[in-house]
Amino acid sequence: MGWLRHQRYLLDFIIASLLRRKGKNLGLLLVYSLIVFMLASVMLFTHALKREMGQVLQASPEIILQRIEAGRHALIPADYLRKIGRLRGVTARKGRLWGYFYDPAVRANYTLMVAPERRLADSEVIIGSAIARTRGIGPGDYLTFRAHDGEAYSFRVRELLASDTELFSADLVLMSERAFRVSQGVAEGWYTDIVLSVSNPLELAKIAEKLTLRLPDTRPILREEILRTYDSIFSWRQGILFVLLLGAILAFVIFAWDKASGLSAEERREIGILKAVGWETGDVLRMKFWEGAILSLMAFLLGYLLAYLHVFHASASLFEPVLKGWAVLYPAFRLTPVIDGLQVATLFFFSVFPYVVATIIPIWQVSVTDPDAVMR
Amino acid sequence: MLLNPATMVLILVSGVVLSMLLLAAGFAIQLLRHWDISSGSERQLRLERRTYLISTLLAWAFAAELVSLLLFVYNAEAMSGQFVGAMCATGVLNVNAWGWPTLLLKIAIFFSGASWLILNALDNRGYDYPLVRLKYRLLLLIVPLVAVETGLQLRYFLELRPDVITSCCGSLFSANARGVAGEVAALSPALAVWGLALSGVLVLAAGLRFQRTRRGGPLFGLLALLAFGIALAAIVSVISPYIYAHPEHHCPFCILKSGHGFAGYLLYIPLFAATAWALGVAVVAPWRHIPSLDAAVADGASRLVRRSLGMFLLFYLAAGWFVYSSPLVMQGVWW
Repeated sequence: MGWLRHQRYLLDFIIASLLRRKGKNLGLLLVYSLIVFMLASVMLFTHALKREMGQVLQASPEIILQRIEAGRHALIPADYLRKIGRLRGVTARKGRLWGYFYDPAVRANYTLMVAPERRLADSEVIIGSAIARTRGIGPGDYLTFRAHDGEAYSFRVRELLASDTELFSADLVLMSERAFRVSQGVAEGWYTDIVLSVSNPLELAKIAEKLTLRLPDTRPILREEILRTYDSIFSWRQGILFVLLLGAILAFVIFAWDKASGLSAEERREIGILKAVGWETGDVLRMKFWEGAILSLMAFLLGYLLAYLHVFHASASLFEPVLKGWAVLYPAFRLTPVIDGLQVATLFFFSVFPYVVATIIPIWQVSVTDPDAVMR
Repeated sequence: MLLNPATMVLILVSGVVLSMLLLAAGFAIQLLRHWDISSGSERQLRLERRTYLISTLLAWAFAAELVSLLLFVYNAEAMSGQFVGAMCATGVLNVNAWGWPTLLLKIAIFFSGASWLILNALDNRGYDYPLVRLKYRLLLLIVPLVAVETGLQLRYFLELRPDVITSCCGSLFSANARGVAGEVAALSPALAVWGLALSGVLVLAAGLRFQRTRRGGPLFGLLALLAFGIALAAIVSVISPYIYAHPEHHCPFCILKSGHGFAGYLLYIPLFAATAWALGVAVVAPWRHIPSLDAAVADGASRLVRRSLGMFLLFYLAAGWFVYSSPLVMQGVWW
């Protein structure tokens, strides 16, 4: 109890003394929060992207089978669906048709895809909202493509894709099979790739192995692998940004060191008086650490809060291009906030820990000063 | 090498902690050579002042090591998505030979750090710093431990290669390549339970005996260390399966997750705290005969032993309760 009361009085005293030197402490707080803000923005953003990616991919097929010709992805004959035969554990398999289309008008690539389940007429398309935004069109308007043979085809936009999946559907154009084959010159009997659904994840690797044995010119890609790759790519990008920010952290460490060691004459006198009235070195150390703790906590909360607002309400406008990738058709999307312990702990070590380490020695130097040396 | 923030920060923290300890070690050598409490020379004054710096540095360094132990486990958990076959932290630690040694060393550093800080706090209460030479000699022993841990951890992270899609062959790699082992080897459950019960009785008895007679402090510490090891083995082989309600799932880390009600914290926090305090008893108790420490030892040791016993009791109760309340029934199979 006595210990608690002791700390409370100490805290009282420290807050008063912090407020007495508003200018200096505000400067430190500002820089400190900025560091936390930058690191936390990167972190919150990549974590939310990762989560989004995982959720979107949950609905994708377990295995994608691509044919490889001379080391390149090539069209796969529809015949392969038969050749695969019955594989135990595969619950469904079908051929997919998709491709890219460069639209010179907006200088962007669209992803064309056949969506039989949408029952589109041959002259109809469904488009992603980024395309609609960029071209300024909506349902009922017409979208014109120059086909592979130079002919122009016009499609009526039946509807727009829902914006909740915009991260993936921003540049998507859904069309009927016939429209795709005619406009892109993909002959009947060929698909872009084949997808298989497997209900037991433990069987995936075996099925993939059987596929490569039966169809040696194909490569199966597992959903797990895509997820794993995204996971490491996002971690890696985040890491790169952190490496770049290390310079800023180092500058901050030097700044904190300087602030902690360059005490004004008035502060020195204050410590001298405290020691003269009976404070011990340990008390001064404790006081200084409480000071640092209060500053750190405030900076951490402030920086983290700002980062949260930046990422989840301003779409992380500062780091978006680096972390998300590059594209002309930018999806506009709102991320679901994700916060976890690892994130906060890492952030803490990147900001508060350097601050503490930087200030230990200056604080000690201050706390061992003799009262008579500073009051003279 | 995995360039993600958590691994970067772990490497950074180990590096910084190591340099803090090296700084302290440099000072320790100076102190061992020149310390003379009866002298009033300027050098002695400087040394005395510097002990404050070293205490503070080490308190922070060991605190950082403790948090980095947690971070290491969380990070392994978070990376489990990037390795074939790794379902949780266990798999990621199995990816190469350095994962488990790093974790064990981190635990060892936590305990040696905690004991050192307790000894330091005791010594600071004696006006003539009677244990100063001993504690700085001990400090010199901890430094290599931290250096090895830093090296092992670096090696572990450098040799991690995530399984990502390569342009040539998609899953060909992951289909043929052997994934990492997702599980840990476990002791036979019956043996683990008997060991847990026996070590529990022994450690509680030793603690109570110390509480009564003020004898056998080091023995209590030793038994606590033994009980700690057996408890970890029992968590792997018996307690975890009961928490998961799955006889073949032995992971000691998944119990920290929300899916299992954060049960792991109720086991690990008391267990680690109890062991650290018991080691504290062991390092504090033998100095009763030093006049300037007499009161501090009596006071400190009884507080430490009470805390330690309380925590051990909490751990055994929690473990027992998890087994008792689990839907898993293994009568006739395990015993």
